[in-house]
Amino acid sequence: MDLFEYQARDLFEKHGVPVLAAAIAHTADEAEAAAKKIGGKVVVKAQVKVGGRGKAGGVKLAEDPADARTKAGAILGMDIKGHTVRTVMIAAAAPIESEYYLAILLDRSNRTFLLMASVSGGMDIEEVAHTAPEKLAKIPVSAIEGITLAKAQEIVSAAQFPADVAEQVAQVLLKLWEVFQSEDATLVEVNPLVKTKDGKVIALDGKITLDDNAGFRHLDHEALIDHAATNALEAAAKEKDLNYVKLEGEVGIIGNGAGLVMSTLDVVAYAGEKHGGVRPANFLDIGGGASAQVMADGLSIILGDKDVKSVFVNVFGGITACDAVATGIVQALELLGNKATKPIVVRLDGNNVLEGRAILNKAAHPLIEQAETMDGAANRAAELAAK
Amino acid sequence: MSIFLNESSTVIVQGMTGSEGTKHTRRMLASGTKVVGGVTPGKGGQSVDIDGHQLPVFNSVSEAIAATKANVSVVFVPPKFAKAAVIEAIDAATPLVVVITEGIPVHDSASFYAHALAKGTTRIIGPNCPGIISPGKSNVGIIPADITGSGPIGLVSKSGTLTYQMMYELRDIGFSTAVGIGGDPVIGTTHIDCLRAFQDDPDTKAIVMIGEIGGDAEERAAAFISEYVTKPVVGYVAGFTAPEGKTMGHAGAIVSGSSGTAQGKQDALEAAGVKVGKTPSETAQLMRAILER
Repeated sequence: MDLFEYQARDLFEKHGVPVLAAAIAHTADEAEAAAKKIGGKVVVKAQVKVGGRGKAGGVKLAEDPADARTKAGAILGMDIKGHTVRTVMIAAAAPIESEYYLAILLDRSNRTFLLMASVSGGMDIEEVAHTAPEKLAKIPVSAIEGITLAKAQEIVSAAQFPADVAEQVAQVLLKLWEVFQSEDATLVEVNPLVKTKDGKVIALDGKITLDDNAGFRHLDHEALIDHAATNALEAAAKEKDLNYVKLEGEVGIIGNGAGLVMSTLDVVAYAGEKHGGVRPANFLDIGGGASAQVMADGLSIILGDKDVKSVFVNVFGGITACDAVATGIVQALELLGNKATKPIVVRLDGNNVLEGRAILNKAAHPLIEQAETMDGAANRAAELAAK
Repeated sequence: MSIFLNESSTVIVQGMTGSEGTKHTRRMLASGTKVVGGVTPGKGGQSVDIDGHQLPVFNSVSEAIAATKANVSVVFVPPKFAKAAVIEAIDAATPLVVVITEGIPVHDSASFYAHALAKGTTRIIGPNCPGIISPGKSNVGIIPADITGSGPIGLVSKSGTLTYQMMYELRDIGFSTAVGIGGDPVIGTTHIDCLRAFQDDPDTKAIVMIGEIGGDAEERAAAFISEYVTKPVVGYVAGFTAPEGKTMGHAGAIVSGSSGTAQGKQDALEAAGVKVGKTPSETAQLMRAILER
C-alpha cells in the first residue's frame, strides 16, 4: 500500500524523523483554520498518490490563512492525472538552502535492501540516476544487520554531503531505517530532504510503501487505507476475501492462480483484437482449492459489474477440483436467478475434469457454454462480448 | 536425472499436523515421495498416521534431521511463524527448504534469504510457490503428480497454475523437473539458478521458462541464457494487460513505471534467442516443434 504524503509525514514524526508542523484539510474552511494554527506562511499541498502534482498546480505557497483558504479551495476537487484531490496538507513554509535525496527500498534484483542518497535532491531522481549516475550513491543494506551508524556515515560520505550537515543526515538515516523496519515498509523515500537557512535538516516530502503481507503485525495500518479510492466492486470482493481488481474492459474473468489469471487476461485481450477490441473487465483469482461457495461469490461479483458483457471462467484443476468449480457455477446461477443475464464461457481442465464437465452438461443452463481449450474459450468469450 | 530433487530425496514437513500440511503430506506420499517425518513445536514425540504411514513428529528441524537423515524440508507453516521455521531449517543445515506458505512479509523473506546466504548450506525454493516435482522420483509441495510423467523438458515458473497448465499441454512428452519458484519479490531460487541446473543436467533436453510482470528476473535470465545456456529455451510471459501500479495476486507482480513490463521481458528473451509464445498453448507448440526437430 502506497501512503499519502501526510501519512508518510506522520510516520516520520512518530519515529523521530525531523518534519515541519502540518495538518490536513478537506475543505477551504479547515485549510484556513490549519494555516492559522501553524502561523506564518504555509504551503498548501494536494494529497494524491501520483507524481508531478507540483507541475499540475497542486502545490501553492500561501501568504496568510485567508490566502490558504483561497489556494485550498482551488486545489480541492482538482483532477491530477486521474486522481481527484480530496485532501490537502497545510505545512509550515521553510526557507530552503539545499535540497537532498534519501531512500531505503527493497532491492528485488539482489534480494536485499538498498540505501540511496544524493545531494541533488528536489528534482526527479530517476532523471538524476539516468543523466548523472555518479550523483546518486547506492549501498546495499543487509536484511540482518540493517543500517548502523557506520553504514549511515558510509553513505553520507559516498554521496558527498557537506560536512556541516553530515552528522544530521546520518541521524536521519538511522530514524528512516527505524521507519522502514518497524513499519514493514518496502520503500521509504525523502525527496527533498532539505537544509534550511538556519542549518536544520528536515524531511520536506516523503513517500512510503507498506508491505500488505505484514498487515497481521500492524493492525494500525488498517486506518491508512484510502477507502474513497476503492472501487465498490473491489470493496465487495474484499469483503468476501476475493483477490479482485477492476479493469476497463467487457469480458469478466474468473480463474485460479495469479499467473493463470494474468495469462487469461492477455489471451482475452489478444482474442479481443479480432472482435472490436474488447478487453478483460477484471482480474479475479479464486485461488487454489477453491470451494463451490468461493466460485459462487466470485461469479456474483462479476455478474454485478455493469460493464461486463460476457464471462470467461478459466480453471485448471491442480488442487482445485473441477467438479467443485462446476457446482459453484451452477449454485451461483441458481442463487442469482433471472438477475444473471450474461453468457458464461467455461473452460475446465485438470483434476476431476470429466466430473466437472458432466455437472455443467447436466445443468444445461442456457447461459453456460463449455469450451475445450483456453484459447478457444477466450475467443468465444470475446466474440460474445462484442455482440 | 533431474535437478534439486530425485528418488533418494527424503523429506520432512514443517507444519505437518496443520490442515494444509496433513492434506499435502498425504498427496506427496501418494505420489511416491519419501516423507519421513514432520515438525510441529510442542508436538514432538507424537506420531501421525497418514494412509498407513506412521510419521514421527519432532519439536525441531534439527531433531527431525538427526533422527531421520532427511535432506529436504517443506514448509507449510502460517506466515506469522514462517520466518522462524525457515531459519530453524537453515540452522539445521537442511540442503533444500521448499517454502509453500503464501503471504510472508518481505522483511521476513529477505531476512531468511540473507541467513541462508551467510550460512551457505541451504537452497531455498519459494516462498509463495507450488514447490518442485521430478516426475516419477519425488514431489515436494503442492504440484499435482498425476498431470504428466518423466521426460526431457525442464520447467521453471513463477506461477503455480501456469506450471500445471504447461505440464498438461506437454503431458505426452514429460518433464525432468518442474520448479515453481514463486511470485514474491524475494525468492530463494531464481530462474537463473534453475536454468543453470537444467543446462548441466544431462537428462534435460530443452527448457520452458515462464515469467510474469514485475522485477527484472526475466531480463537477467535472458542475459544468463545468452552467456551460458546452449539447450533450446522457450518462454512465456504473463501480464501484458496488467495495469501499472496494481497488484495482480502475486506480491511481486506489479509494474512500476516503465520497468518490469511484459513487453520488456519478451523483448529481452527474444534478443537472447528464446522463442516466446503469445499464449501458454502457443508456447507448448514451440517446445513441441523443437523436440520433434
